[in-house]
Amino acid sequence: MSSLKGRLFLILVAATGLIWLAATCWIYVGTTREVESVLDARLQEAARMVLSLASAKGVGNIPKDGDTGEAPELLNYERQLSCQIWSLDGRLVARSSGAPNERLSDNGAGFSDRRINGETWRVFTAEDTGKGVRVLVGDRVGLRDHFVAEIIKGVLAPLALTVPLLGFLIWASLNRGLRPLRVLAEELSRRNADDMSPVETGRMPDEIRPVIGSLNALFNRVEDALRHERAITAFAAHELRTPLAGLRTQAQIAMAARDEPTRTTALRQILVGVDRTTRLVRQLLAIAKLDSAPEALPAHQISIGGVIQEVVDALPAPDRAVPVTIDSALTDTMVTANREFLLLAVRNLHENAARHMPQPGAIRWSMQQESGSLAVYVDDDGPGIPEDEIALVTKRFYRGRNKSALGSGLGLSIADLALRASGARLVLRNRSDATGLRAEILWKMA
Amino acid sequence: MRILVVEDDPVLSDGLKVGLGLYGATLDIVASCADGHAALAADDFDALVLDLMLPDGSGLELLAALRARGDRTPVLLLTALDDVADRIRGLDAGADDYLGKPFDLEELAARVRAISRRQEGRASPQASYNGVTLNPARLTVTVNGTDIGLSRREFAVLAALMNRPGTVLSKGDLEAKLYGWQEEVESNTVEVHVHKLRVKIGRTKIETLRGIGYRMRPVAS
Repeated sequence: MSSLKGRLFLILVAATGLIWLAATCWIYVGTTREVESVLDARLQEAARMVLSLASAKGVGNIPKDGDTGEAPELLNYERQLSCQIWSLDGRLVARSSGAPNERLSDNGAGFSDRRINGETWRVFTAEDTGKGVRVLVGDRVGLRDHFVAEIIKGVLAPLALTVPLLGFLIWASLNRGLRPLRVLAEELSRRNADDMSPVETGRMPDEIRPVIGSLNALFNRVEDALRHERAITAFAAHELRTPLAGLRTQAQIAMAARDEPTRTTALRQILVGVDRTTRLVRQLLAIAKLDSAPEALPAHQISIGGVIQEVVDALPAPDRAVPVTIDSALTDTMVTANREFLLLAVRNLHENAARHMPQPGAIRWSMQQESGSLAVYVDDDGPGIPEDEIALVTKRFYRGRNKSALGSGLGLSIADLALRASGARLVLRNRSDATGLRAEILWKMA
Repeated sequence: MRILVVEDDPVLSDGLKVGLGLYGATLDIVASCADGHAALAADDFDALVLDLMLPDGSGLELLAALRARGDRTPVLLLTALDDVADRIRGLDAGADDYLGKPFDLEELAARVRAISRRQEGRASPQASYNGVTLNPARLTVTVNGTDIGLSRREFAVLAALMNRPGTVLSKGDLEAKLYGWQEEVESNTVEVHVHKLRVKIGRTKIETLRGIGYRMRPVAS
């Protein structure tokens, strides 16, 4: 059952019904017992009374047989009791009108039940050996059941009338009680898709408040994610549109320039702009790829030195001019990582080092292996990163005070993302021995 | 016309320097909010072209600080953030105009001319005074209906004098309109340009106030 109201209604109605049923059974059993004991006492008393009046000579009045065949009307309370007086030698001395001819009980003194002509009789027998008579007083069990049924009917009839009323009351109460939920549902369904304002908890009952609290927390998280995404999109737009604006302006200059040097300079600037835009697009694609990377990447045993050498060999011309030394121990050191992502991280760290390098300077790759961890360092002789910016430079499009002309603000953030996906961590710190940055790739072996 | 550009992209700022230069403007370029503050404190500019996303903060903060201290320099925001909401925010922060990247160089030049001429209290695109008519969009000058050919520098000196006719501009004021920071100021150059201008547009049009500076000669005298 999907409706909370329907479910509560069924539960409440079933529980109420069950309680009524139990009460009715109780009343039935109690009433039956009570009726029996009262009527038994009546039989007993009547028998003794008759016995005290009767004698073996009889009181006469043996009705004709024709009378006995007619079953007395059950509701005829005047004829509820039937009485027979028998002599001890087995002769019917007398009987009340309506009493059967057949002997009501063969038992001795006391209570007994007997079936006569399809009807069960409850009989009390009293004997007086002095008088030589036996008095049998009986009533029909059917009559007793009828009493009980009447009483139960009397109890059930008003209940049956109140059932619909109670059902209505339960339904109405549920409607009223569940109203806050309905109000909440309506408010949520009226919302715009981008409306992330918190839901009012003011008049809501305590039970719903945690739900609303969680909902509001979810709204907050979604809004944060949306805001972050919008910020990234805005940055990406800026980062792409600015070089495009530069290209367009330079192209217009090249077309409008009347002298050759101006035109040549503009065309050269266009080349620089195209190169820079190309790199930016490549970086954006790398970020997009990292963002959509699956949790578990195929990983292999890779030589770190091999990866670094591969990156160095494939560097674009301006970066290739910077001298590089690679610790020979790196070549023999294997890590389990995704090759593509490790290449991406190493390339971006190396390019970042090269871009910030003054002339002359060198990039040094080295490593340190301890039990449980492996650290790969890349040191440069650049200006380093101001301490207050170290935590920020891995954010997308963040370009610090010591930015390079060609930077996109994406390189370190790509390296960071790619290393995380490879189970490593990027730690940036300024070198303690000289100016420059030490970027550390840290693997913790479990 | 002297323009300050705050833009951190090297290719674009070079394009602006050369491109707006083709339209007769003298440009100074800075790449950060901090340098922008310093430049605005040091010099007067006829217009400011401002990028919004700068490495050390938002151009809007620079704009707000500028307006807060009562600086009325016309500002054109030049940015990739050109949603309607961004434009509104920029204009409400005190900008005079807004142009989204990428843009057309001619349009940018026209918009910069427009905001700076409104700053001078002129709605007409042409400046006319005492028979001299100057058209900044076409870089042309006519005297009593006759076209006069002027060099870029001569035009800049005349435009500065015609902006507020009657106001005296010192030699230093005129040099500031002619040269950006990186440019070497040649000695006597203002005198040379004024002399050539007098030859071309008429001896009496420009008046020298000895020891003070130059102005367009008032019509009445």
